Amino acid sequence: MQLHITTSDGVPIYLQIVNQIKYLVASGRLKAGDEVPPIRVLAEQLVVNPNTVARAYRELELAGVVEKRRTAGTFISAGGSLLAHPEQVRILTERIDALLTDARQMNFSTGEIVDLLHDRASALNPSDTKKETR
Amino acid sequence: MNPIVDIQNITRSFGAKTALSNVTLQQEKGTVLGLVGENGSGKTTLIKHILGLFKPDQGTVRVFGMDPVADPVSVLSQIGYLSEEDILPTWMRVDQLQRYMQGFYPTWDQAYADQLVKEFGLDRYSKLQGLSKGQRARVGLMAALAYRPELLLLDEPSSGLDPIVRRDILGAIVRTIADEGRTVLFSSHLLGEVDRVADRIAMIKNGEIIFCENLDDLKETHLALTVVCSQPRPVPPRFKGAVGAEGSGKEWSVVFKGTVAEAETSVAEIDASIAEQRWANLDEIFVAYSRPTGGSD
Repeated sequence: MQLHITTSDGVPIYLQIVNQIKYLVASGRLKAGDEVPPIRVLAEQLVVNPNTVARAYRELELAGVVEKRRTAGTFISAGGSLLAHPEQVRILTERIDALLTDARQMNFSTGEIVDLLHDRASALNPSDTKKETR
Repeated sequence: MNPIVDIQNITRSFGAKTALSNVTLQQEKGTVLGLVGENGSGKTTLIKHILGLFKPDQGTVRVFGMDPVADPVSVLSQIGYLSEEDILPTWMRVDQLQRYMQGFYPTWDQAYADQLVKEFGLDRYSKLQGLSKGQRARVGLMAALAYRPELLLLDEPSSGLDPIVRRDILGAIVRTIADEGRTVLFSSHLLGEVDRVADRIAMIKNGEIIFCENLDDLKETHLALTVVCSQPRPVPPRFKGAVGAEGSGKEWSVVFKGTVAEAETSVAEIDASIAEQRWANLDEIFVAYSRPTGGSD
């Protein structure tokens, strides 16, 4: 499990860990039953305060993404994958927001963006073109 | 639980210069406190009070519940100290330094000392004089950790060192907390390091504590706004909640303390609007409090 901590934006580190683990679950790189590193190990790997990692794991547990198994460690819970869809939507929404911000500054209309999106979809995956065409 | 460090209203002057003014600071066991402030703000003076090297003119300092000036042996035997100054006896070899330290500290753990020497890639038989600055810092860190002190006190430990040594130092802080539930207080001007390893952060300026807060809370209560004013302004806009502002004309980057809703209300009151908003990072918060524009309340 590779996480990347940055101190250049103002997002608290525990939240970066929470978001990245959710992202790894949503994208299928972490699956139900996978073990996440012990707090101490992840803290040393990321060079962050162990209390911060503990807080991230608590939040993930509350959100149902991970579960603690007594003495065995912390694992991605079966329910974690149920959260995958809303998380996927959240990730895409963020990207779309960034796209729309750029588009607005360049005076593109939403309609033009949608057209571009279709163009790109067919360029990347020509076999889909037929059913996508309206 | 009693705090490990308990500083109440201390004031200290050197001649006409007030170095510390009414400083109150407490630190709980098992936490990492990062002390930040510009050069000359009073960080080292404060740390020297914890070590009992200075006596406050007013107020009290208690470390492990004891007065470090009255009871230096009990206090210092439980503090591991590393400063940016190179204070090791350079004529000694690493193994000689170990034996020397062992004489002072009954809790010295030779197996742990050997383990650190190995991890840091040090040679036990090299003379300190011939070592690079980075290697000497590692020796200092080994010497400060090997008696497993209750409180690790680091004064600008990373100052002037390369990233690899700095990572060793940070790694040592992380491990001290993770392994043993011990307490770390460190001062640094490298905010990225404080951001990574501190639970709480205290900012000191001109000898006064500006804030001492949980790091996550601090970040979650400060926004970085891009504010667009309706008219160009010759001086930074002042409004309720604004801590500091940089910019010119109509557009200003403002560090704001409060919620998004509060920011919108405040900004509307000065006939301006928010073009962009996100959480402020530690650098921005630090600069804003260092050079505040003074939000009018």
